[in-house]
Amino acid sequence: MHELGVVFYVIRDVKKVAEENRAERVQTVTLEIGEVTGVVHDLLRDCWKWAVKKEPIMDGAELIIEEIPAVTHCEDCGEDYETVKYAKICPHCGSGNTYLVQGREFNIKEIGVT
Amino acid sequence: MGDFRILEVKQNVFAGNDRRAEALRRRLREKKLFLLNLMSSPGAGKTTLLTRTIERLGGELKIGVMEADIDSDVDAERIAKTGARAIQLHTGGMCHLDADMTAQGLEGLETGDLDLAILENVGNLVCPAEFDTGASKNAMILSVPEGDDKPLKYPLMFSVCDVVLINKVDVLPYFDFDMDKCRKNILARNPEAKIIPVCAKTGEGVDEWAGWLREQVKLWKE
Repeated sequence: MHELGVVFYVIRDVKKVAEENRAERVQTVTLEIGEVTGVVHDLLRDCWKWAVKKEPIMDGAELIIEEIPAVTHCEDCGEDYETVKYAKICPHCGSGNTYLVQGREFNIKEIGVT
Repeated sequence: MGDFRILEVKQNVFAGNDRRAEALRRRLREKKLFLLNLMSSPGAGKTTLLTRTIERLGGELKIGVMEADIDSDVDAERIAKTGARAIQLHTGGMCHLDADMTAQGLEGLETGDLDLAILENVGNLVCPAEFDTGASKNAMILSVPEGDDKPLKYPLMFSVCDVVLINKVDVLPYFDFDMDKCRKNILARNPEAKIIPVCAKTGEGVDEWAGWLREQVKLWKE
């Protein structure tokens, strides 16, 4: 994946919010990451530790990750099911007429500042 | 030091890039410049197909190519031999291009007189699919030796592409590659995808591909 690239995106957005709110320092950053987003959390944390050192306002900021489970919806029988367990085919009726409802999120939820 | 407080952000990390990509697409429309983002795994035949495409369309369209690679400029040299304008973009270790990098590349390419700019993205089926480059259309090449199950393994890549070229069809007899199954796998991810079997080496299917591209460039300029 491209953990380092997205860390730069996150830092750019967080810095902007922190500056707009006249914060001195960013202490925590909470991300919501979908289960099938394809981000490796450990790698993301490693890149994070390295990248925040380059920004005085971000230095030492803690990264908090909240995972959002992946859920797929079946259009034929109307049931929802766990994406990671059953993928494209609905375990209730066997239909392939399904779509992902949630699980590909990659959001900055909130930041803690002083 | 001030008190600790929580600021709600609720913002998609890709939203910034998506906005910059939309803005780039608008500028391209105004300039009547069509940008094709070409993606594939390493070795699927992007550069060979590009040289074929330039041979076929170079007489009627002014074409420029941006070759994105982590390092080296072997691809740009190959393209420059066709007579098309070519520049090399080095991503410096990054696995993909985003809208800002693409916009910078277009500046370097000096697109003023061009009809068609082609971005040869980094060879990779995962990361480039996540980042909208601002291109008018996305194309990808899947080569026969990679297998007909690739759309199952890299669903996002297949779902963001407007056209999928199945390259190296000349070696079909030597591989367990089921063309019907592959079509079905692609269409399950992306019912709108245009699928064109080609062979960049022999030229098979290149007319159909060039026809599709010619039509898209025309529609973009209208």
